[in-house]
Amino acid sequence: MSADHDHHGFETPPHERTWIDDPRNVDKIVYALYAICALLILIDPWIHKHGPFAVEHYWGFYGIYGFVGCVFLVLAAKLMRVFLMRPEDYYDK
Amino acid sequence: MTNELNPGLIIILGALLVPLLPGRVLRGAYMLALPVAAFVYLLGLPMGEMGQVELMDLSLVTLRVDKLSFVFGTIFLIATALGVIYALHVGDWVQHTAGLIYAGSAIGAVFAGDFVTLFIFWEITAISSVFLVWASGTTSAMAAGLRYLVIQVGSGVILLAGVLMHYSDTGSIAFGAMGTETLAGKLILIAFGIKCAFPLLHNWLQDAYPQATVTGTVMLSAFTTKLAVYALARGYAGTEILIPIGAVMTAFPIFYAVIENDLRRVLAYSLNNQLGFMVVGIGIGTELALNGTAAHAFCHILYKALLFMAMGAVLYRVGTIKGSELGGLYRSMPWTTVFCIVGAASISAFPLFSGFISKSLIISAAMKEGYYWVWLTLLFASAGVFHHSGIKIPYFAFFAHDSGKRCEEAPMNMLIAMGIAAAFCIGLGVYPDPLYALLPYDVKYDAYTVEHVVTQLQLLMFSALAFTVLMRTGIYPPELKSVNLDTDWFYRVPGSHLSQLANQFRSITWQWVADGTVRLATKVHDALYKHHGPEGWFGRTWPTGTMAFWTTVTLGAVVILSYL
Repeated sequence: MSADHDHHGFETPPHERTWIDDPRNVDKIVYALYAICALLILIDPWIHKHGPFAVEHYWGFYGIYGFVGCVFLVLAAKLMRVFLMRPEDYYDK
Repeated sequence: MTNELNPGLIIILGALLVPLLPGRVLRGAYMLALPVAAFVYLLGLPMGEMGQVELMDLSLVTLRVDKLSFVFGTIFLIATALGVIYALHVGDWVQHTAGLIYAGSAIGAVFAGDFVTLFIFWEITAISSVFLVWASGTTSAMAAGLRYLVIQVGSGVILLAGVLMHYSDTGSIAFGAMGTETLAGKLILIAFGIKCAFPLLHNWLQDAYPQATVTGTVMLSAFTTKLAVYALARGYAGTEILIPIGAVMTAFPIFYAVIENDLRRVLAYSLNNQLGFMVVGIGIGTELALNGTAAHAFCHILYKALLFMAMGAVLYRVGTIKGSELGGLYRSMPWTTVFCIVGAASISAFPLFSGFISKSLIISAAMKEGYYWVWLTLLFASAGVFHHSGIKIPYFAFFAHDSGKRCEEAPMNMLIAMGIAAAFCIGLGVYPDPLYALLPYDVKYDAYTVEHVVTQLQLLMFSALAFTVLMRTGIYPPELKSVNLDTDWFYRVPGSHLSQLANQFRSITWQWVADGTVRLATKVHDALYKHHGPEGWFGRTWPTGTMAFWTTVTLGAVVILSYL
């Protein structure tokens, strides 16, 4: 999907390439995702929510919470690596 | 009360014959017949307490069929059958026998009506399952298996202590609702908590499961922890402390899952996270919540087994399961890819997949009872589970950058097992009513309201958006060859240093004692030689009178002393 992830150094031979190996098609998937997200947020005011918590009734709460939650999750986990990551053979020594 | 047999025993006793059967086909057919026979037998059993056995003063209820044990027993039998199919290509009878005894004892424990029967099956699950880890044959699997065994058997010992205390307090060994007021209640809760991988008691799971064999991990993922969930639901429903414990369980393992490189270990962390939802349900303890726990255990066993099967197939074909070495496998393993995505969609609770129709019950119960922070935590964990299990697992194994690895598709028996599990995941997701009818309480619940579907899709799609944005901006942490420290560090590093220190101390002490003894012996010898040797004082010949004199003196001293 992205070049920064290229730690294998292998290029797929042309005859083995499929639809999804074309970066333009990956872009299409990503745009579709943006469109779905936009749609889900836009219809939010028409969704009648029954929950007891006020925050749930804010516009787009679930989407924003899911996005922020996941970014927090990844950044926190990345930070954890600083303290917790060890070489693969750490316990064998 | 009649003397019916616990269905678990059918599988345990049946497993003992497995090594004697010649030929893979006959053996496979026989192994598959065991869970089928046990299920048919279970369907014929009436509800109630049966199988009474008198053991000394105790009357054991070795078989209790009610709605709670029935739903767990049913899913355990399905998981046994799937595990058998998935492992049909394996020639090693030790794994087959151990796997079946393990499954049978978990089923036996579910149908146990008293604590002694529970304890016996509880320990058999521990001892039989470790062979699935050891069967890998590597040094690290041996060590991990030993750590696993110590912790599992330890849980049994704590359970036994609690049960004995409970018996002396109440005179009863009935396996029913316990409180946490008594010490016995606390001990039994800890014993269940260890097997359920409560926070800080959890790491045996992430340590041992990824070390087991390809087929062993699939078996392991189904039984031990869900037996603990069952036991908690039976004994501790409505115990409020379980709510924060469960909420922490849903959240903290997912941070580890994001940075873990071993994809089977990622699944072990997400298993831990899923258990958290069930534990929250038990803690809330309402009928809706307990139904949610039972339903979620049912669905979870299927999709988690499916995910472990898919990752097992990759490991089996490629020889590694490290995210840093995989990628692009969809070309070689298209069916496995599809099944894995079904499992990923199910664990992420996508509408129309099984996780959606079970997790919703627990989240709805938390909302209904007004647990605001718990609800927020569960939502965060739901978004997170999609992130690390739903996307990360299929993405890094089958897509991402092409690793250049080419292999065959998984063996047919593996594909069949995955296909059946995937069919269950979709079937339950699309048509949950048969599962809802099996649940312990009669609660009307509709997962497919517009509100549920849209809010869940919002949560998941924006979680996917976060993944995409982080990936495209290069912020997402790459898969790296590494291990991450977890609580097992405490007993693997300082614990091992401590035992080395103790060892050194022991050897120094021993040296000191030994040296001292030698010195003392030399001194004694020298002294004896000095006095009794040829030149010694005692070595000389003395007149008989002298001996008579000293004897008299000694006797006199004794007489005087005894009169004092």
